[in-house]
Amino acid sequence: MAQMNMIQALNSAMNLMMARDPDVIIIGQDVGYFGGVFRATDGLQRQYGEHRVIDAPIAEGGIVGSAIGMGVNGLRPIVEIQFADYIYPGYDQLASELAKLRYRTAGDFFSPLTIRTPCGGGIRGGQTHSQSPEGIFTHVAGLKVVMPSNPYDAKGMLITAIEDDDPVIFFEPKRIYNGPFDGDPDKPAVPWSSHPKGEVPEEYYTIPLGRAEITREGSDLTVLCYGTMVHVCEAAAKAAEVDAEIVDVRSMVPLDVDTIRSSVEKTGRCVIAHEATRFSGFGAELAATVQEECFYSLEAPILRVTGWDTPYPHAFEWEYFPGQARLIAAFEKVLEAA
Amino acid sequence: MSRRPRLHIPHPPARPGEDPDFSYVEISPAGSVARPDPTARLRDIERSLAFEMIRVLDDNNVATGPWDPLLDPADLQIGLRHMLTTRLFDERMQRMQRQGRISFYMKSLGEEAVSVAQCMALEPSDMLFPSYRNQGLQITRGRNLVDLMCQCLSNSADMCKGRQMPIMYHWARGNIFSISGNLTTQFPQAVGWAMAAAIKGEDDIASAWIGEGASAEADFHHAMTFASVYKPPVILNIVNNQWAISTFQGFAGGENRPFAARGPGYGFPGVRVDGNDFLAVYAVTRWAAERARRGVGATLIEHVTYRADAHSTSDDPSRYRPKEEWKAWPLGDPVERLKNHMIAEGYWSEAEHEALIAELIEHVSECWEEALTYGTMTDGPQLDKNELFEDVFKDMPRHLIDQREQLRALEDD
Repeated sequence: MAQMNMIQALNSAMNLMMARDPDVIIIGQDVGYFGGVFRATDGLQRQYGEHRVIDAPIAEGGIVGSAIGMGVNGLRPIVEIQFADYIYPGYDQLASELAKLRYRTAGDFFSPLTIRTPCGGGIRGGQTHSQSPEGIFTHVAGLKVVMPSNPYDAKGMLITAIEDDDPVIFFEPKRIYNGPFDGDPDKPAVPWSSHPKGEVPEEYYTIPLGRAEITREGSDLTVLCYGTMVHVCEAAAKAAEVDAEIVDVRSMVPLDVDTIRSSVEKTGRCVIAHEATRFSGFGAELAATVQEECFYSLEAPILRVTGWDTPYPHAFEWEYFPGQARLIAAFEKVLEAA
Repeated sequence: MSRRPRLHIPHPPARPGEDPDFSYVEISPAGSVARPDPTARLRDIERSLAFEMIRVLDDNNVATGPWDPLLDPADLQIGLRHMLTTRLFDERMQRMQRQGRISFYMKSLGEEAVSVAQCMALEPSDMLFPSYRNQGLQITRGRNLVDLMCQCLSNSADMCKGRQMPIMYHWARGNIFSISGNLTTQFPQAVGWAMAAAIKGEDDIASAWIGEGASAEADFHHAMTFASVYKPPVILNIVNNQWAISTFQGFAGGENRPFAARGPGYGFPGVRVDGNDFLAVYAVTRWAAERARRGVGATLIEHVTYRADAHSTSDDPSRYRPKEEWKAWPLGDPVERLKNHMIAEGYWSEAEHEALIAELIEHVSECWEEALTYGTMTDGPQLDKNELFEDVFKDMPRHLIDQREQLRALEDD
């Protein structure tokens, strides 16, 4: 099996799908000749031509709007929004059009878009290159919303997203494009080649959307997380010597309630972690779900560890980031509760 | 120096109680604008097409000049029939809204030529991306009025399964896209549809409509930019009917230049046409369609027309414009103008016209009676409430299955 980082895994998924299906095209800023600012589409225009890997004007609303029309006309576009922070000009097309088209036409029209967009901070990106807006999209009926946490999942989930006839917002935690990150920026970077999920088959495979994965089994408490935070939570549990069960949610819509319920029923304690801001964040949905599904198994209040409710700062990035220290404090608090 | 505010607030030429004044509408004589080759260089043609007004029917109802599409009398009769059907359908549906049978309606009175003539000038396989006042497209493409009425009734035969307000039709088989209440979203979608046609090497083109007020939306500029960059086979129509609810066209920037002049700003022609001249709309569409099909690129068309009735059944235009303004509209009524042309040419008579109107009124009534057999929102056959959860996704996810069960449980109680 090959070693791949997340960028290579995403590139492999798109390359395979473009080879398998002539209707798959890519459109976005800098995706063509240059291969994308993060190199995710590197080499694809050379291989498949400029009619299938299309450089776009700087107009996210136009990119999403035109891609919807392409999807209606039988293509299967993959849209790259260069940073999730830039997705808002396309929000009306995503939330009012793409998400609702199948419903409002009683199934007569649909547009099978995959929207790839790098999200998350820890890269000195400040407020316009660090956001995690997944909760804004999980609130919209008609969108699937996912975020892989490693190369193996990234490839398998992206192939599934491309083949899916429903629109999928595919968030890519860019801090872990090149390697898992434990939340400590002072440590030397670790490459994916040192991680089991950096082993990625060259060939086609899929991972169904709507399935969480338990990345570490444990009995003391359940940690619900996704994206970069999966690795930070794993490291925090190790550092705190807590026997935590780490659930990589992976797919927010649809949500794997069964895996979440059985884990929390087993541990009786739950911490939810995400990089996005806290208030009305996706963690609130997770907490409400756990409360509804597992109330009589809970031995402590559900705690959330998230980004502060401020814009993502440039100077105090690591004060903002929900790192190991805050996670460990939450683990201790949830374990202390009677 | 005084520091007076210098903010310009546009004002319409007349408000209620004042005399209508359409002196701001610049009108070229019929037949006066040259018809360039569709492949001509933009710089050689842009000014006359965007700033003059292409007209074929003169004041005596004679077709004149290089844009005369030389249509057969039979085609003119079909066009007249479609426009009248649209008008009589609108009248009936407005009345049904007043009687409380449907919740909402929007007429296209005075703008029928924009939809009917353009649709007739396109091929049935061309994809149409309508706005909410383009019911003439559905009628011209041969849609059964019963289908449209059932949508307005949200009844058991509603194509939208009760999920959209009245008039938000779609017709996949007829190649007419779904109407959105969020304005101008269909503009970049149409451009994308046309880009896909070009990518796939197919000959079909796309055409999209918005009102002049909606040209202020960002999606207008997205569509224009993408149309400029990729030169896809698309026609982008601005229906300048002077009014966006109570907001006159000056608030969309119409005081300064014709909307058509935005085309050359993006690098492709904008064509200003008399939107109440059936023959001119037809001819201009053929020209734009030829540009699209020959791979030359996009065309913007501004249809100068007038919204003769309210924006919708929810507003009273006498609150914001002179009551009799339409009577002063200098470009007349598209139905009357085509009718008078046909009579002048000997293709048509008052008697035939009256007979056609009677036939269509009867037809609309029969369709309404049939539509009612599929139910109304309160009586007769009803939509299945479980369908509320269908089509959010292709396959129903777990949380929607759960919610459907919750609704079912309530009903079982």
